[in-house]
Amino acid sequence: MSNNMKTVAVLGAVSAAVAASALPAFADGDQEKCFGVSLAGQNDCAAGPGTTCAGTSTVDYQGNAWKLVPAGSCETMEITDAADGMNRMGSLEALERDLPAS
Amino acid sequence: MNDSVTLSSTGDTTVTQTAFRKALLDPQQRVPEGLTNPDGKQADKRFSVYRNNVAHGLSEAMLTGFPVLAKLVGDDFFREMAKVYLRIHPPASPLMMHYGAALPGFLESFPGTLHLKYLPDVARLELALRRAYHAADATPIDPTALTQLDQAALMRARLKMSPACEVLSTKWPAKAIWDFNMKDGPQPTGGAEDILISRVGFDPMAERLPNGGAAFVRSLIKGRSFGTALGLATADTPDFDLTATLSVLIATHAITGIDKPD
Repeated sequence: MSNNMKTVAVLGAVSAAVAASALPAFADGDQEKCFGVSLAGQNDCAAGPGTTCAGTSTVDYQGNAWKLVPAGSCETMEITDAADGMNRMGSLEALERDLPAS
Repeated sequence: MNDSVTLSSTGDTTVTQTAFRKALLDPQQRVPEGLTNPDGKQADKRFSVYRNNVAHGLSEAMLTGFPVLAKLVGDDFFREMAKVYLRIHPPASPLMMHYGAALPGFLESFPGTLHLKYLPDVARLELALRRAYHAADATPIDPTALTQLDQAALMRARLKMSPACEVLSTKWPAKAIWDFNMKDGPQPTGGAEDILISRVGFDPMAERLPNGGAAFVRSLIKGRSFGTALGLATADTPDFDLTATLSVLIATHAITGIDKPD
């Protein structure tokens, strides 16, 4: 395996990366528990849910009772498919037209 | 494993785990014969409450674990979808913190999300962030140690990577979508992304890698030498930006040691 980068370039690249990161590297106390742990989606999500009595009626969830359609911010996404070169439309258009019948 | 276990209060009848599990996941099923309440009658109500709580609990765990997906499709839709998911993919492990691991594949074939092609990649990113959160602790290196190696030693060195560190390659701009929804980032554009996931302290991090960075970091994770990783990266990407890639690794505390073979 030959390296395309010259020695000087490699060591220089390493130095540059280290120098650029030197500033806030290892401040003591950055392990404060009160920050960061509660960011949504990164927290210990499984500890709490599962014990609610929100549904203590005898009503069962019906897995196949499908009637809702996505109603969040997916409609604001306008991303074309660069992967296969096909220029598909934004998601909203597809969403409104291609809904399953039921 | 003995499938037959006594589940009734009186202890004189048994319900198999298979029957119990089947009824638990399918609301159309009758309460398994032999489940009795304190009065000795069929425990219809109690079982329904339990069945409801299981479905509700798993749905809520999913909702908590995929905040961006929930935001993208809306909480109501997400909950309904989760109820379908949990019956196809009930927990395979008692570790609830990783529940939902099969969601990317599910989203690719679920009628309600079929057309939202970027959702599976967003799910992959959210799962990776969760894995990073729960990965073992590791202490990052002092980056200046990297500059103390001469060229030959650097090329032979093997960088130890944090257990939280992984590379995710997506067809869709999952990181841009994540930023847009969680950090008020700019409107997502572009296509495929290579994303480094790692953890700083208690905080999972996701950062874009430059071209060639994925090959470089994957080689390091496999335990290849710095020189080999660099060779692989530059073979595919002649203008591979080593500085930018290393900067991401250092900033996300992804490097936890330097093995210097003699």
